[in-house]
Amino acid sequence: MDKQRTHIISALVLHKPGVLQRVSGLFTRRGFNIENITVGTSEQENMARMTIIARGDEKVLEQITKQLNKLIEVIKVRDLDPENTVKRELCLIKVYTPTERVRSEVIQYANIFRGRIIDVSPESLTIELTGAPDKIEALLDLVRPFGIKEVARTGPTAISRGSKTI
Amino acid sequence: MKGSEAIIKSLKDQGVDVVFGYPGGVLLPLYDVIYSSDLKHILVRHEQCAAHAADGYARASGKAGVCIGTSGPGATNLVTGIATAYMDSSPVVAIAGQVSTPLIGNDAFQEVDTIGMTMPITKHNFQAMHADEIPGMIKSAFYIAESGRPGPVVLDLPKDVQDEEFDFESAPSMELPGYKPTKRGHPLQIKRAAELILHAQKPVILAGGGVILSSSSEELLKLAEITGAPVTTTLMGKGAFPEDHPLSLGMLGMHGKQVANFTVDDCDCLIAVGCRFSDRTTGSIPLFAKNAKIIHIDVDPAEIGKNVDVNVPIVGDARIILQSLIRILSQHKTPAMEANAAWTRHVTKLKNAFIPRLSFDDIPLKPQQTIKEISEAITDDTIVTTDVGQNQMWMAHYFTSKIPRTFLSSGGLGTMGFGFPAAIGAKVAKPETDVVAVCGDGGFLMVCQDLATVKDYDIPVVICVLDNRYLGMVAQWQKLFYNNRISHTKLGEVPDFVKLAESFDIRGEKVEKPGELRETLKDALRSGEPALIDVVIDPDEILPMVPPGRGLTEIVGEYKVEREYSGEIPYKQSSKVEGD
Ligand SMILES: Cc1ncc(C[n+]2csc(CCOP(=O)(O)OP(=O)(O)O)c2C)c(N)n1
Ligand SMILES: [Mg+2]
Repeated sequence: MDKQRTHIISALVLHKPGVLQRVSGLFTRRGFNIENITVGTSEQENMARMTIIARGDEKVLEQITKQLNKLIEVIKVRDLDPENTVKRELCLIKVYTPTERVRSEVIQYANIFRGRIIDVSPESLTIELTGAPDKIEALLDLVRPFGIKEVARTGPTAISRGSKTI
Repeated sequence: MKGSEAIIKSLKDQGVDVVFGYPGGVLLPLYDVIYSSDLKHILVRHEQCAAHAADGYARASGKAGVCIGTSGPGATNLVTGIATAYMDSSPVVAIAGQVSTPLIGNDAFQEVDTIGMTMPITKHNFQAMHADEIPGMIKSAFYIAESGRPGPVVLDLPKDVQDEEFDFESAPSMELPGYKPTKRGHPLQIKRAAELILHAQKPVILAGGGVILSSSSEELLKLAEITGAPVTTTLMGKGAFPEDHPLSLGMLGMHGKQVANFTVDDCDCLIAVGCRFSDRTTGSIPLFAKNAKIIHIDVDPAEIGKNVDVNVPIVGDARIILQSLIRILSQHKTPAMEANAAWTRHVTKLKNAFIPRLSFDDIPLKPQQTIKEISEAITDDTIVTTDVGQNQMWMAHYFTSKIPRTFLSSGGLGTMGFGFPAAIGAKVAKPETDVVAVCGDGGFLMVCQDLATVKDYDIPVVICVLDNRYLGMVAQWQKLFYNNRISHTKLGEVPDFVKLAESFDIRGEKVEKPGELRETLKDALRSGEPALIDVVIDPDEILPMVPPGRGLTEIVGEYKVEREYSGEIPYKQSSKVEGD
């Protein structure tokens, strides 16, 4: 048995309605274990880039890429080398900050992580943080004791290092 | 031009001469154009039959078949036929009407999400939101359906889009930047395959439906003859290799020929061409061809390594790849055929020992005798379709198919009700060729309403209903694996199939004694009219089989063979030097 690992798959797809449904439908139907999908526009007009985080052995990964490639609206698929890939995620965290003391503590933590405070209310603060998923986890762990009211994460998107493109 | 006119014009531009359809509310604009068009439209009596007929047309001719159904229930009725075509890689273009665009998403009358519903059972599908998309879409639909690994494509056409006016000439052509099927195989892999074949001592060829789809039967025959490798096929590959050829082993798998199963089990090199290693073909994967190096040629890269690990993958068109492979093998000094002569002799001996017994004079008719009589009544180029169940497996096992595109059967989906409408499609595609549908009594009843279609349009197919009054194949499993508990698989005494046919003003005949079927079938084919033959057969006869999940040699049940065999089954290397 091959060993399981987390793969980062980057796919360039036509920017059309239904493409996400085709891709996610394919994954459910074929029983692929997908942790995350993000979609957004790409450098090319009419094209979107999907970043798919999936777990599995080499054989599963091979099937995922091949099946994705078969979709007519998928232009290119690449399994990114984790060593040579930058992976980033955006996270918005609304923290319960009832007192002055809590508020300044949370702001300090956010600063250490280079997060930004993007909204303040008498009882809460909202932090914007971008980073690798483990960095986000770390900040979440730190502020959790104060009471997290809401979290919204984009899931990771990724791009290979250097001048190479997929 | 209106969208609806553009649909018909585009179909004709693609060379479509006939469509199988069933109208409805949202298709009124389209049918109004069909009314005054010279495009032939065949009104089926159930949309499932439209899809199967289009599929049968495609399988018989190699050209995409076209079916049409209205929105909602029309589209859902098409679904079984589309899924059938998808599983067997058959090029079908299915046109579904849709509610007008402003209504989409509102649960309008007869609205169903055709695109969402057919995504997993099509090669691709399109929804037109404007009429000017129609020409490009239809062109793309045919290109996608017929090229690479063929498959069905659905077009979802809302009513208001059919009514919309646009300028046909300036409509954008559709681009498919993400679709480029591979044709040529990788030269290095082809070289590696040739080396493997040259080093093998016990090579076997496994031919799938891809050989037929890529028209590479001639190349396959050549490959077999220069290597001396015996050839087995999948169900879909039946007809890819002449089964009366000395090197033919017949079908492999769960209901395969025992000589095929034993030989694949024994081989040291398996050359698989255009097949997808379905569980019905391989049996237990770890036991499958366990001593063999496997070469897999397929146009669909995703099929390679999906079910069976292979040693040499070659992606591309089977015909082009086989040609290159043959070129390399022919340049070699000692022909592979001579090197493998002893193996070829061994397999031939095994094959001759396992010749199935076909002649029985029992009443009710034995299925073997039934298939024998059908074979005797028809010519080599007759197109036979089968339904699903025992009738299908008897045909697959005992019928000798010699020509590509003459054995049409629902392999992947195993759709009961396929045989008769597929025969309609085949006959429409090949009016000069005899077409015989071999159906089960259960399966035929699922689609019998389309007797009206063959009557109305005078489509002279002959239906042989293998009448055992059982859902035979399921009953067989109940007998073998569920303690003989025949749960809901016994069919009653109705219908009277002869009267059923007669009620459609179609000739119906009942045959019960050996010899009758042959004569009645010959007669029916000669008459040039549609006919139904009710063949009363023995419900208790069981074809031996490999239980699901077992190895290919673990056959349960006894084959009835011409004579007993007491020799060795695995090939002994030493005999290679001495010969027989
Ligand atoms: C649409 C559909 N429903 C159910 C089945 C499951 N099934 C497979 S074979 C079979 C029995 C078929 O009976 P019949 O048509 O009489 O053929 P026989 O096996 O008796 O030759 C059934 C129910 C199927 N393949 N297709
Ligand atoms: Mg039956």
